[in-house]
Order: sequence, then C-alpha cells, then structure tokens
Amino acid sequence: MADPMKIRAQLKGDVAEIRVLMSHAMETGQRKDAAGATVPAHFIQSMTIDVGGKRVVDGQVGGSVSRNPVFGFKMKGAKAGDKVVVSWVDNKGEKRTDEAAVA
Amino acid sequence: MNTTRRTVLKGATASGVLAGLIAAGALRPTQVLASEWNKAAFEAKDTAGALKGIGAAAPADSKDLVLKVPDIAENGAVVPVDVVSNIPKTTSIAILVEKNPSPLCAQFEFSNGALPEASARIKMGQTSMVKAVAKADGKFYTAQKEVKVTVGGCGG
Amino acid sequence: MKQNIIGALCALAVMGGASAQSPKKPVAKPSTKAAAAPAAEEKDAATLEFEKFRAEMEESNPAELFEMKGQEQWKAKRGPKNVSLAESCDLGQGVGKVEGAYVKMPRYFADADAVMDAERRVVWCMVEKQGFKFDDIAKQPFANETFTPDITNLVTYVATHSRNMKIAVPLDDPKVRDAYEVGKEIAAYRAGPYDFSCNTCHGTDGKRIRMQNLPNLSTPAGAIKGVQGWPGYRMTGGVMLTHQWRMGDCFRQQRFPQPKYASDAVAYLLTYMIGTANGQVYKGPGIKR
Repeated sequence: MADPMKIRAQLKGDVAEIRVLMSHAMETGQRKDAAGATVPAHFIQSMTIDVGGKRVVDGQVGGSVSRNPVFGFKMKGAKAGDKVVVSWVDNKGEKRTDEAAVA
Repeated sequence: MNTTRRTVLKGATASGVLAGLIAAGALRPTQVLASEWNKAAFEAKDTAGALKGIGAAAPADSKDLVLKVPDIAENGAVVPVDVVSNIPKTTSIAILVEKNPSPLCAQFEFSNGALPEASARIKMGQTSMVKAVAKADGKFYTAQKEVKVTVGGCGG
Repeated sequence: MKQNIIGALCALAVMGGASAQSPKKPVAKPSTKAAAAPAAEEKDAATLEFEKFRAEMEESNPAELFEMKGQEQWKAKRGPKNVSLAESCDLGQGVGKVEGAYVKMPRYFADADAVMDAERRVVWCMVEKQGFKFDDIAKQPFANETFTPDITNLVTYVATHSRNMKIAVPLDDPKVRDAYEVGKEIAAYRAGPYDFSCNTCHGTDGKRIRMQNLPNLSTPAGAIKGVQGWPGYRMTGGVMLTHQWRMGDCFRQQRFPQPKYASDAVAYLLTYMIGTANGQVYKGPGIKR
C-alpha cells in the first residue's frame, strides 16, 4: 500500500476544519529527470472524505497539484470523535485510505 | 456537471480502474460511488477546454467567490490557493491555472455539511491567472487573480 | 583540540561526483548597502508576502511525512545487530531520549571522543549500535526526488522533538567552545575561485540572492533563521534535506570541494552556526524554497 497520509480534523466552534497531507510524487508526465528521461505520469486522480459514515467531499485532482499534496476543507455537523476517512486513487490504480477522529 | 459522474457500478459499465478495485474487493460501499476521473477536462490544454469539460462554458464573474492566493509565489512548485464561496447553494469548487499545460488542477464537490470552501497547493509553471470556478444552483461563477512566479535565488 | 584552520580544511575531501555537478545558478551578487544600515530589519513587499504564506505552509508541512517514517525507523530493530535506536542511542539526554535532544547539539560525546551534530551522532549510533557500515550510509547520505535515506527520516524525527524549544548548544564545555571557534574561522575563510567565505553571503545584514533574503548568521536573530529551516522540506523537487546537506550545498555554491559527510569540519561549522543561535526558539523542521 502507498505511504500513509496525515489527517487533522479539529472542531472550532461548530465548524470542523479538516486538513489532509498526502504522500505522493504527483508527477505530471512532463518532467525530465537529471538524466534527461521523461518521468512518467503518476498522480492522484480522485480523493474522497467521509465523516461519520457520510460522504463530505468528493474530489478530482490532476498533475497540476503539488507533490505531497495538502488539502483543506471545512464542515458543519461533525461531532468530536466522529471518524474521518480519507481515500485516494491514482492514475496507476494505486490507492490509500487513512482515518482519524474529529478532535 | 458531467452526467456520468455518479456511476453506479455494475461491473460492465464501470471504468477499468474502479471495476478492478471492486472486483478485488478493495472498495467499500461508500467508496464505490466515488466519481470517475474527468479525463477530458483534466487533459484539456487550454482554459476554454477545461471549463467546457466541467460543464462551465461561460461562468459569470462573481465577487462572492473569494480567491486567496499570494501575489508572488515563493516557489511555483507549491502555491497555496484558498477558495471560499459565499454564493448560496454552492455545490462545487474548481481551481484552474490559465497558463499551465493542463489548466484544470482540481474540482471538489461538497455534501453532507461540507462548507463551500477548499484549499490546495498547486503547481504553476509561470506567472499566470489562477481561476476559481464555483457551481451554485446549477449555474457557474468565476473569480481570478494573477500570481507571479519568479526564478529562485537560493534554496538554502 | 583547537586545530590549525588549514589543517581542518585539508580534512575536506572531495566527494566522488561532486565536481561533476555544475550549478546552473549564477554567482551570488552581495547587494551593496550603505555602511549605516538601520538596526531594525527592512522588509520589502515580497518578503512580507512570502512570510505571510510561509506560516500557512508550515502548518501542514510535508516534513511530517518524513517524521512519521523516522519514528518507525527509530523504534524498529534494524541492522546486523538487530537493535533499535530507541533502545541504544544516546543523543545526549539519555539512551533513547529524543525530547529536546536536537537543540542541545552539537555537543561533545565522550564515547565517540568528538563534537557531533545531530546527523553525525545518529549515523554514529547506526554504525556503532546497529552495525550498519558508515561507507554504505555515506554513499548516498542525502535525499533526491526519488529516494530519501533513512538518516534523513531519523534526523527529521529527532528534530521534531525539539520543536518550540530554545537552542542550547553547551558552549561552556571547553571542547564545544573550541569547535565553535574553529567553526567561526571556517565561516570566515575565503577560498575557491570566487574567494568566497560563508560570511560573504551570511556575514552582514541586508544580503540576498534574487528573491531570497540571506540571514546574517553572525547574529543570534540571523542564525536562528538559518538553523530552524533545517531539517527542511524543500519545495523545489519536494525533497527532505538536513542541515548537514545544506553545509555541503553552500560549499558547492562557493565552488569549494564538498566536505566529507559527517566530518569534524561540518560539525565545527554547525557548532558555530547553531551555537550563535543559543537562546533563540527552534521552530523546525522547516519548509524551504
């Protein structure tokens, strides 16, 4: 399985702030390495965030997103202890799912 | 929005990637309904093509779509973008970089309590307009700002 | 222990392949400023802009990904001796103790009879306690876009456990004091085809290379700016790099031969640089351009 993400979900009043840091090369497929060879495209294409068992964010992503992506979202209606599940799938079919609790 | 997004997977009609994952038992029920990657939009080489790909051919400028980006990016490889939509009934936000080889960076759909805002870190190949596009109540809106990208001095 | 400065620099061996790197960046042009520079730091609009967004970037720093790996590697039994660093490595605060260790290095370690910076010490532990071979580690000690060595993850993990603590290099220890003095001389030593020293770029206020301000490492306020960026996640290439790496890269930019990995020379230079920042708060690991 791919490398783990870091998920932070914090309640500030009635708004939960969710920040996700993913480990991924996010290669566009246009970059050339030191030897001059083109590095093949390898990037996250879709990501989802579920909180308390419900889909909250459904995201599509391309190679224009930075390496080791960081995303931030906010939501209402989450409670402390709710499970936050983040998943991603990349263009090679590799995937990763991690979870954290709303603090 | 692309009508094939919410594909209910029945194996035969599913995309290769998702079908494979379901066959392998790797996806749980909530994940099965994740949207398919909008290849046409992400591979469009210009903003017009990318906007068409997400169904937003002629978005209206809106001051209620707030785009926060640096005036000058310290490094074009990692440019922080924050979009907040104050337009009522916003259901999605997309981020584009006009002069990138593939302008569409990301598109997020919100549901079940998610607020219509998103932040992401994107790559910019050169000084360019960064655009946010929001879908609200079936219509599209846009806001844009220029971000300067410089050649660096020292990485120390 | 105070060594002749020439002697210290003769210990710098050219690392294989270092000469093959031809930096594409042009030579630094130290800006000319009037002798009466204002005491308060002048910040231009670009600097303020960078600082505003830096804070946000540091909040979710990809360095955390490497810290997670480092934690695993610190705790795992590894190497020919099948021992973990957690149960065998003393960073100066007791065996296995990482809290506050990074900001109290470089320091003198009697078991190694040497002044050691954090990276040098962890490498020493990997070799002496776990049985790894130094040459294997030194072959590729620094990260690139496709590979991050274990030592980088470990140093990131150790450094994270000194976050928000004050730098406290033990300069009252005579051996550390000597190292500090030699490091100071190394920083002032002009050599290479451009006759640069560290101080050429980092010895006074107000210098910069294009959009990057260069900290004045001879003052505590400037030194901490240099120190807290390392280990740091470099946005260019998305690479995790350490303070030890940075010393070598500065040498490269000065067209000096590369210093030997984890050598005395680097330890002395780091003692000077980090020691000058004593009392300042370390907020690393950092994020760098």
